[in-house]
Amino acid sequence: MKKYSVFSLARNALDYHENWTEAWRSPEPKPEYDVIIVGGGGHGLATAYYLAKEHGITNVAVIEKGWLGGGNVARNTTIVRSNYQLEGNAFFYEKGMDLWRSMSQDLNYNVMFSSRGVINLAHNDAQVDAFQRRGNTMRLNGIDAEWLTVAEIKKRAPLLNTENMRYPVYGGLCQPKGGTARHDAVAWGYARAADDRGVDMIQNCEVTGMRIENGKILGVETTKGFIGAKKVGVAVAGHSSQVFQMAGMRLPMETHVLQAMVSEPIKPALDTVITSGAAHCYISQSDKGEMVFGGDIDFYNSYAQRGNYPIIEHVVTAMCELFPAFSRLRLMRTWGGVMDMSMDGTPIIDKTPIDSLYINAGWCYGGFKATPASGWCFAHTIAQDQPHDLNSAFRLNRFETGHTLDEKGVGSTPNMH
Amino acid sequence: MLIKCPWCGDRALQEFSYQGDATVARPPEPADPADANWDDEWYQFVYLRDDPKGWHDEVWHHIQGCRKHFKARRHTVTHVIADTAPMSEELKGGDK
Amino acid sequence: MSRSYRTAEGGRIDRSKPLSFTFDDVRYTGFQGDTLASALLANGVKLIARSFKYHRPRGIMSAGPEEPCGMVQLREGARTEPNIRATQVELFDGLVASSQNRWPSVKWDVNSINNLFNRMLPAGFYYKTFMWPKAMWMTYEEVIRHAAGMGRSADQPDPDRYEHMHAYCDVLVAGGGPAGLMAAKSAADSGARVILVDENPELGGYLRGRNQKVGAKSAMDWVASVHVELEAMENVTILSRTTVASYYDHNMLVLNEHTGDHLPTADGWTPRQRNWKVWAKQVVLATGSIERPLVFGNNDVPGVMLTNAIQAYANQYGVTPGRNAVVFTNNDSAYEAVLDMHDAGMRIAAVVDNRTIETAATKPVRERGIPVFHNHVVFNVRGNKHGVKGVEIMALNEAGDHVAGSIIKMDCDVVGMSGGWTPTVHLFSQSRGKLRWMEDITTFVPDVSFQQERSAGACKATWGLNSCLKEGAKAGAEAAKAAGFDTAKPVSSPKSSDDGMGEIRAMWRVPQPPHSHLKRFVDFQDDVAASDVELAIREGYTSIEHTKRYTTLGMGTDQGKTSNVNGLAIVSEELDKPIPEVGHTTFRPPYTAVTMGAITGTERGHHFSPTRRSALHEWHKQAGATFVPAGMWMRPQYYQQPGESMWDAIYRETLNVRTKVGMFDVSPLGKIDIQGPDSAEFLNRCYINGFGKLPVGKCRYGVMLREDGMVFDDGTTSRLSENHFMMTTTTAKAGPVLQHLEYLLDVIWPELNVHVVSVTEEWCGMAVAGPNSRELLARCTDADISNEGLPFMGVAEVDICGVPGRIYRISFSGELAYEVGVSSDWGPHVWSTLMEKGQDLGVAPYGTEAMSIMRIEKGHVVGAELNGRTTADDLGFGGMTSTKKAFIGQRSITKPAFLETDRKQLTGLKSVDGKTKIPRGAQIVADPKGRIPMEQLGEVTANCYSPNLKEFIGLAIVKGARDRKGDRLWAFSPLTKECCEVELCSPHMYDPEGERLRG
Repeated sequence: MKKYSVFSLARNALDYHENWTEAWRSPEPKPEYDVIIVGGGGHGLATAYYLAKEHGITNVAVIEKGWLGGGNVARNTTIVRSNYQLEGNAFFYEKGMDLWRSMSQDLNYNVMFSSRGVINLAHNDAQVDAFQRRGNTMRLNGIDAEWLTVAEIKKRAPLLNTENMRYPVYGGLCQPKGGTARHDAVAWGYARAADDRGVDMIQNCEVTGMRIENGKILGVETTKGFIGAKKVGVAVAGHSSQVFQMAGMRLPMETHVLQAMVSEPIKPALDTVITSGAAHCYISQSDKGEMVFGGDIDFYNSYAQRGNYPIIEHVVTAMCELFPAFSRLRLMRTWGGVMDMSMDGTPIIDKTPIDSLYINAGWCYGGFKATPASGWCFAHTIAQDQPHDLNSAFRLNRFETGHTLDEKGVGSTPNMH
Repeated sequence: MLIKCPWCGDRALQEFSYQGDATVARPPEPADPADANWDDEWYQFVYLRDDPKGWHDEVWHHIQGCRKHFKARRHTVTHVIADTAPMSEELKGGDK
Repeated sequence: MSRSYRTAEGGRIDRSKPLSFTFDDVRYTGFQGDTLASALLANGVKLIARSFKYHRPRGIMSAGPEEPCGMVQLREGARTEPNIRATQVELFDGLVASSQNRWPSVKWDVNSINNLFNRMLPAGFYYKTFMWPKAMWMTYEEVIRHAAGMGRSADQPDPDRYEHMHAYCDVLVAGGGPAGLMAAKSAADSGARVILVDENPELGGYLRGRNQKVGAKSAMDWVASVHVELEAMENVTILSRTTVASYYDHNMLVLNEHTGDHLPTADGWTPRQRNWKVWAKQVVLATGSIERPLVFGNNDVPGVMLTNAIQAYANQYGVTPGRNAVVFTNNDSAYEAVLDMHDAGMRIAAVVDNRTIETAATKPVRERGIPVFHNHVVFNVRGNKHGVKGVEIMALNEAGDHVAGSIIKMDCDVVGMSGGWTPTVHLFSQSRGKLRWMEDITTFVPDVSFQQERSAGACKATWGLNSCLKEGAKAGAEAAKAAGFDTAKPVSSPKSSDDGMGEIRAMWRVPQPPHSHLKRFVDFQDDVAASDVELAIREGYTSIEHTKRYTTLGMGTDQGKTSNVNGLAIVSEELDKPIPEVGHTTFRPPYTAVTMGAITGTERGHHFSPTRRSALHEWHKQAGATFVPAGMWMRPQYYQQPGESMWDAIYRETLNVRTKVGMFDVSPLGKIDIQGPDSAEFLNRCYINGFGKLPVGKCRYGVMLREDGMVFDDGTTSRLSENHFMMTTTTAKAGPVLQHLEYLLDVIWPELNVHVVSVTEEWCGMAVAGPNSRELLARCTDADISNEGLPFMGVAEVDICGVPGRIYRISFSGELAYEVGVSSDWGPHVWSTLMEKGQDLGVAPYGTEAMSIMRIEKGHVVGAELNGRTTADDLGFGGMTSTKKAFIGQRSITKPAFLETDRKQLTGLKSVDGKTKIPRGAQIVADPKGRIPMEQLGEVTANCYSPNLKEFIGLAIVKGARDRKGDRLWAFSPLTKECCEVELCSPHMYDPEGERLRG
């Protein structure tokens, strides 16, 4: 791999950038791999990278139906945080924060991880209670958290409305080390670094079947033919139900569409990430200048990467309630991604009842920030054939045993996702 | 989306609330309440869904209208609705 | 003053109405009918803005919504708006605009240094650097963020008003050009309800900028006559200044109408903008097409424009963007423009045509003595921030892939470019229609429709006027027919000319002489040059989505209207793959950016969501209540008296209930009326405890589960008669519980004959609590409310204060207490009568805070404990859970995790030293001095000072708490640096035997 640096950039500038080489190869699939990762999104690519880096398993292929990083890693609102309350979540996401902090250097690809802080606004007393409870858990778990008064919040987000509104702001829980990252760069950085360690990235190759004999997976059928594998890990959030159907499995999840949107780019106007549960909105400003924001899912099963207008109206309204000056900005683009909505709102990283077939699914809205930790833990789970402590709460059978991890407390009713 | 409530006719999406897969049947109660235990049948009912990519028979609630529940056969990729019907009737259409 | 570039006559401007405006603090004059762009060009202002990355000087490039360069900061103060395309701003008197993305000025911009280093800043440079030292990224980022962005946001709330409209129609026509007008006319003649939408202030579409004829009339006279006809029809709505922004499922379209943007400020009751949500049976898309730039060296210098834009400025606005033009084309359409430019008085230095063969369109141009260079290209533009100085022209070699021969240098001050036309298929594509690539005209066209729509005219690559008119008429008639108007037929159109754009010679990158590295821009706004696209491909970002994201091609405010096709064609060449295989990026809503305020409408500030007030709200207000939001409700939090602190008031209210009598407004509790012969059976199945045998005249506390076994809600339900029950729910779950019951009745148990209806608003509820409560009520009713007549958990229908009502003998406070329910209309009367009659008994209102203290004292659970993760057993309702009947969620409560012994259970807490308050939101730990990460045994869900017990108490959910009574642990809040040693106790801390409430 040719190292990226300001020096390599300068050297290449002399050649009018005509001598850069490709960031990753586009090989034809080999007949067999030690591990096949189905799904070339953020999680799949990270898994391949950590398989190679942490476990020395380099005879790995990532098989992607479309283009690398084309799923939800390309469609999220780029927020990175680990402000979870439940123990099973907290340490997993905090591992992710560690990986985020050194990701650019580790991958030699600037993913622009920006620790600009994530603030959850509390709009009533009950929320103050709940957020302080969460903040205290975070602190006791060794995760950074601070309570901000309204005045302190105003200082960090001067354009935020806190008073003259339907649900005034009472305070906020801030995770100072949380922030944002450049979503596409995360996928590309992992792809390039994995390629450098020998991983094959096979794009435009759709998995059409799984070859399972005597309860063990032997490989996958694809549009480029059968590819054998000792182990197969599936990380295809948004299509998990479909892919696992090929293995004869039904999953505890439904697939829903989540929309996100950006304003036209403007000069810096918001230097932190603001989320409001009461208003159903989360917002930050991209380095390019767009206000990036989103809210709730559309609330009906969908595999379309597009939603409908009521949610857009709702989210924009919430955004303007928080930032009345942004009412004059213009909505430039809206899009949708499809989400694995697991029945307790928590992901699954585990073995499956089928030998050597592994599952990474159920990310709901929260997949992007989990990318590094998910890849790291999934790689461990595949390499060691058992979950790591960090993802030990993300078992597939937790729904059967009752050990669900319901951060929001809304339960399994699909319409309450 | 424009959804046809079997009682009220075509109405805008925001009048409705989605209530999930209509093909999942609640298992009958055991004859003796003492036998009402957690088992695979109940686990599947509470948690597992086919989650099809394609035609999906589902329950909608006309929450801001007549407040009746009804069934719809909707395509989960195109969002086309082939048919809606009262809960007691069969859905038609689609490729199902 | 700049010299004027206004023609002596002509144009569709009103020269009798001069308008004064400023740009970058310089005052200029334009005319009514100008856009800001045309007025600036008329005043010779060429430098409008700085580009996104390199801060290169940019001017006006187009005359429409596709404008990538000429964007300004419009208006000032609270009304200022960034990134406004000057080409779409209607000039008004007093307009104030300024350039953006520059400092200190557009002429002298510090960041234009980026351009000097542009070789260091190719596509994606930021992914390769700024990584060392690690800690520096946040600093680099700040610099990058300040250089990026474009205009500024206002820093005050938006003072303007916005509105929403909802409409249904038979046929919606998007676009008021020739095809759209004919479509609207044909559909309207059949009687169909038609909405005709056009983004410009005046109908006519591209005809506004042309000198064409429809039949014998000038085209715009014809447009005016059709407009008059349509306007006279009752079944037609014409929406000008309105953009069809988005096309959603089932023919739902969102329109954005600019009702007040052309005015200094929207006046009277006119909103600034209005968003329409339209459900159309059928749609005709007549959205026209956009001219494509050509990709040649320095094609971004101010003064390089789309040829049709120069033509439109000349014809429509009487402005010549330059005096001496070179026009560079690869198709016939530019020749008509050249004639119009020439007619407007411009000198045409040359027409440069990359095609080898002379076409019929050339002839009239040659006849005017204008030199035409075939098989030549403009490969470079000379110029600077003051504009174009000239061009460099070379011939093409035989293959057309290199320039050859000597350089022809030619002076000029404006360059027209025409790379063919791109149909505006955004809405078609949003509607899920499939596009098809047409190689001969090098463009995507609508292929297979998905929704009930059809395209007509230039958006379908139908170029000639006559064909557009015919196609529009046909589409309109077809749409009306499909909407059920069987008699619809195309109206006949006047015979018109039918010039197309002839053969086109695709040249996605204009060749440059060997060893030159001129910037050939593809995306003008985001500074994406051909070399950036090439670099992306070289580095393996070969999917069109990768290329877009890596280079930012098409990601600007114009969303690639002028750049997308050129970009993907270059990708196709680099990959040696046909364009259809390369594909295109997704067209996403909206078509052009829509003001957020218009999407929000009137739901802002206090109208963000409805405010629910009880019937007693005014009384509370008069009594000096401080209100607190509880969901949508406003509830009295406490009633402060002169000289009291907030906590004084709260403790006084609490003690008053415990010693005398207090009244609390419980109207917001959810109330559901349940009737029908199977009501008892139904409730029996809903609650974990039995309701089947509840006697008439009795209430019972019940707990409901979700199907997964977690507690869903609780409340008291009363049996008023054999088949009539009244259920109460928590305030927060009033809606969800009703929906849950309706679901069960419709879907799960349709055989049960039960009806449920919300009556929350119909009843005014008041808790009358305290030792004197019976005495107080006895003064107001003749009913027997003695302990025998109305024992604990009894309900009676009575007359109270002279009106019919109900008295429930229930208690949340733990005192002898009643809940009185009367019709909301009678609420204020009954409440004030009780207050009056109880004066000597010490009656006083109490608020949510006092209520909260009393519920903690009694260990009643609320939202913090009913958090969706607690089971009935966790909360101490295990004993209530029936084993003799089936109920919702029953089969889930035996799952393994629910049977574990170290589950977190409800417990009371007492501060051990009696002086330290239990911190809010604290976690329960064994040793607060232990190491982090520290095991947390549980969490505090409620805390208060109990003025009755005279100590600090709380509720918590703690692992295995039920067997740990008397254990001492710590409530620790590192967030607020508070810590308190606590003793675990029964949650029923006050009157645990319940003697007071039964008394």
